[in-house]
Amino acid sequence: MALYTETVMDHFTNPRNVGSIENPDGVGEVGNAKCGDIMKIYLKIDDNVISDVKFETFGCGSAIASSSMATEMIKGMTIEDALNVTNKQVVEALGGLPPHKLHCSVLAEEAVKSAVKDYYDRNGIEYDASQFPDCGGDCESCHMV
Amino acid sequence: MNIYADNAATTRMSDVAVQAMMPYLQGIYGNPSSLHTAGQEAAEALAAARQTVADCLGCIPKEIIFTSGGSEADNQAIVSAAVMGARRNKKHIISTAFEHHAVLHTLKKLEKEGYEVELLPVGSKGNITAQQVADAIRPDTCLVTVMYANNEIGSVLPIAEIGAVCKEKGVIFHTDAVQAAGHLHINVKEQNIDMLSLSAHKFHGPKGVGALYVRSGIALTNIIEGGAQERGKRAGTENIPGIVSMAAALKDACEHIDENAVKVSALRDRLIEGLSKVSHSALNGDPDSRLPGNVSFCFEGIEGESLLLLLDMKGICASSGSACTSGSLDPSHVLLAIGRPHEVAHGSLRLSLCESNTMEEMDYIVEEVPKVVDYLRNMSPMWKDLVNGRKPFIL
Repeated sequence: MALYTETVMDHFTNPRNVGSIENPDGVGEVGNAKCGDIMKIYLKIDDNVISDVKFETFGCGSAIASSSMATEMIKGMTIEDALNVTNKQVVEALGGLPPHKLHCSVLAEEAVKSAVKDYYDRNGIEYDASQFPDCGGDCESCHMV
Repeated sequence: MNIYADNAATTRMSDVAVQAMMPYLQGIYGNPSSLHTAGQEAAEALAAARQTVADCLGCIPKEIIFTSGGSEADNQAIVSAAVMGARRNKKHIISTAFEHHAVLHTLKKLEKEGYEVELLPVGSKGNITAQQVADAIRPDTCLVTVMYANNEIGSVLPIAEIGAVCKEKGVIFHTDAVQAAGHLHINVKEQNIDMLSLSAHKFHGPKGVGALYVRSGIALTNIIEGGAQERGKRAGTENIPGIVSMAAALKDACEHIDENAVKVSALRDRLIEGLSKVSHSALNGDPDSRLPGNVSFCFEGIEGESLLLLLDMKGICASSGSACTSGSLDPSHVLLAIGRPHEVAHGSLRLSLCESNTMEEMDYIVEEVPKVVDYLRNMSPMWKDLVNGRKPFIL
């Protein structure tokens, strides 16, 4: 059996929403170079809906595929719905990830949340900070998923 | 195009090795410990294989122990020297920071048992000098274990000089020659090697079989108990097809060692020259004292696993020292040992060649690797930060 599912390979080799957005309404970057994964997500938000989303990722095949899948899932969603997208849903949509790659899906979830948090901060919108886990560069915790 | 450039991981079995094995699968299948003719025929094949391996290494047959591979040979060599040392109250072991894990993990285990392990730094080129070893040897040093050639970055170490230092100081010298055997000249007597590990599948022999050379006079400690095989030092019915095949593969490799080295290093140099043109990249390992078939690069701004997957789709089989390919959090200890920072070590690529590779294949690799590197850099936020000057380039 191959390391990755067909869906993962599809999203890795033909990633959706790669790139950046000029004048984005929110940007989130998580992970770090030391760890070997960095994900950056750009949001365009119109009337509380994610009208456009792009990503840039430094990382392995599953990190790129998770970014691609997560951006595809949240595109067109309301902010509230996007915040409810979990790493598990990303993994399921990808048809599964190897156990030692699950942290890639966590990064994708966190990147989306981090971008929304940035949007809230830019617009002075109040939010519950506990909803937005902060990647303090502690790779271990992320990899323990 | 389908290009296998991962010969340091394992090699394709040669026709010579396959043919040598065939008679021992169904024809001469006896157990060499059996008294009957079928057994004795197998015993004769075993003796002949031992003679062949001994000839290739410049020792006598009784100094060869057959094992399940390089890892077992490394384990047994190190543990044996440690046990001998402890008897004389010598519990200091010298090695290097970039050994194979078969060596490093065995040393780690000994450390927990009270041994003191000193790992010599290997510098940015990834090599050590015999002087470093000489300076590190103490009255209580019981073993120096230094690899002949590094599996990831290809550096070839000054084994003969280190052997001379150890001989002069009366310290046992073991070398993990898994990447060297069949590719670099070995003569254990001339090079003052006391113990040497090798593995058949690195020189077109079968997997799961290796050998340990042990100079007469060194007492081996068993890793596997349970029988009188291998002079009582390694129990288990001998893998006759594998051992006979390994001997044939080693003989073949040693007979063609010079012509293969000339051919393979020309392929290697073409790759190094071509890949050096990729911006913000660097060759890993010793540029001068280098295995004929090893090419190792770091490319800044990208991650190795995605690079391997995309190269695989283009028909290029390679390897990387990134964390994602190892299943651990850290990138290769070898790349960290030569001072590559984590973020750079994640973007490593190893291409390891053999005499069956062609110049056309090298041209194809030189054409395709930069495209894949560019593609991944274009989607990397880290690369963007480097290009926009938000972070300084390391390479």
